[in-house]
Amino acid sequence: MRHVWRSWPGRLGIVLVGVLLASAVVSLVWTPYDAKRVDPTQRWRPISWSHPFGTDGAGKDLLSQVLAGARTTLAVALLTVLLAAVIGLTLGILSAISPRLVGESIAHLIDVLIALPTLILALVFVAALGGSVWTVSLAIGVGSGVVLARVVRAEVSRVLTQDYILTAASSGSSTWRTVWRHIVPNIAPTVIVQLSLIAALAVLAEAALSYLGLTPVSTPSWGRMLGTLQETITVHPGALVFPGLAVVAATLGFNLLGDGVREAVDPRLRGRAATASPVFSSVVDQIEDPAVVPVTGGAGE
Amino acid sequence: MTLYVVRRLGLLLLAIVVTSIVVFLLLRLLPGDLAKVIGGTQATPEQIEAIRKELGLDEPLVRQYLDWVGGILHGDFGVSALNGETVTSQLGEKLTVTAPLVIVSTVLSIIVAVPLGIIAGARHRRADGVSLSAVSQLGIAVPTFWAGQILIVVFAVSWGLLPSGGFPREGWDDPGRAAQSLILPAVTLAVSQGAVLLRFVRSATLDVLHQDYIRTARAKGLTRTQALYRHGLRNASLPIISILGVQIASLIAGVVVIERVFNLPGVGQMLVRDIGARDLEKVQGTVLLLAIVVLVIGFLVDVLHRVVDPRLRVAA
Repeated sequence: MRHVWRSWPGRLGIVLVGVLLASAVVSLVWTPYDAKRVDPTQRWRPISWSHPFGTDGAGKDLLSQVLAGARTTLAVALLTVLLAAVIGLTLGILSAISPRLVGESIAHLIDVLIALPTLILALVFVAALGGSVWTVSLAIGVGSGVVLARVVRAEVSRVLTQDYILTAASSGSSTWRTVWRHIVPNIAPTVIVQLSLIAALAVLAEAALSYLGLTPVSTPSWGRMLGTLQETITVHPGALVFPGLAVVAATLGFNLLGDGVREAVDPRLRGRAATASPVFSSVVDQIEDPAVVPVTGGAGE
Repeated sequence: MTLYVVRRLGLLLLAIVVTSIVVFLLLRLLPGDLAKVIGGTQATPEQIEAIRKELGLDEPLVRQYLDWVGGILHGDFGVSALNGETVTSQLGEKLTVTAPLVIVSTVLSIIVAVPLGIIAGARHRRADGVSLSAVSQLGIAVPTFWAGQILIVVFAVSWGLLPSGGFPREGWDDPGRAAQSLILPAVTLAVSQGAVLLRFVRSATLDVLHQDYIRTARAKGLTRTQALYRHGLRNASLPIISILGVQIASLIAGVVVIERVFNLPGVGQMLVRDIGARDLEKVQGTVLLLAIVVLVIGFLVDVLHRVVDPRLRVAA
């Protein structure tokens, strides 16, 4: 953490994600007003001390809504990351350490799953089941989990060639012990960077899905706020400023955090930055690591 | 090379089959009974049963799936249960809005992002390189729909230069107005695509700058810029090709959102509306067609990548 703090992207990332965390926690116990309370006497209030972000057309306080929305955003981000981590680590490690036949089958499975247009399928999935925090996270988590699996597979294959793995095996360490004590710690930095970028992706995806009106009205959400406020965009454009900034800050925070971690663990990369989406960065990882040739996946091996 | 193309083609077909199964099963999850939707509230149970039989909804799942796939193999992507038109004809009509949008925004993002990315990479320690990089980082974090809303406020509401949304009823028979209504959406999409692309080009340029052949070029007397232009960009262009392939998928997802922002009657709007209306067969056909487009482009990009990069062929 101290190393992440040293670079400016890392520092800004920690601050922004910290603000998101704080807003979500604070909103659980306190918001300036009830985020759902309609007050006809307070419609379209400009920015003021009593309403720092103003109010919307129903007289609902925008700051309270933004704070409440942080909860949803954070929940989706965390759930997505958790799911992606489980899927990515399990599939990735299994495919790298299993016997050749099994391992390659899993690798091919990963390739096929990556090829699926996840975002489109997520849209249909969320629309079909109704967009709750759970379904949104499930859709994005599975999609980015298989992408992570490919990165993990490449990383584990790299680690497996190291001498300390041989040493561990020859001193009688069981496969699971080796995985847990030697492989996981060594791939952890890469995985953490990817997870951070996946969190950013989840924030944007949640915003987009709720903007489209696919999530329930009762769940507070920045995307939904922006969708509703667009109806009055010609008269009250100012109301869109703060919910929009909230999405930007959260996404930027997770992306920069990923950059910061990457720079902290790999000083060679100092001066460059990680990429925005795990889908892309997995390609970039391959570009940056000449040992991993198949840009298109296992088909070329 | 032939072996690679055959294997990659196999992967493509497999991915299409898996996608079709996923799409088919996902839509069985849709709550609500299609037969009841079509029959309306007045329908008797017998009528609903008849509709169900007519649509084949009483058959086992496997049978339904095979029927659907069989139709597709004959070019029949299904018929809208609500208005009876074929999926392909409706999609063709909507594509007159969506296709220009996708193409123009892709071209626009390449024109802007590639040169800027090279500058950001080549001058990564200077103020201009760093600020370009910071701007792209910010651009990635801005949700597409918010970027669109900002452009609406600036160009349509404040300055009144361009329409804030909608598409002329006459379509391309009124080319001036049709083109005008696509400017803001295309720019919005290009901004979010371009921000990602810029980062990639920057990263690829940086990678290339550290290669031995650049050092060799510098050693025989070329300036940094000359070395980059004569030897670097050719190599940096390779990863960029693969990125463009990956971006198509996110572009299509972006279109769904952008068409809502600007109220355009395109494929995305149609899809969201059909899902709401529970028009199962049509959603199924539309999603599969979109997915196939994405998969085929991915395939073409991969093969193209091999063709232009001899190293990959040797490694295989």
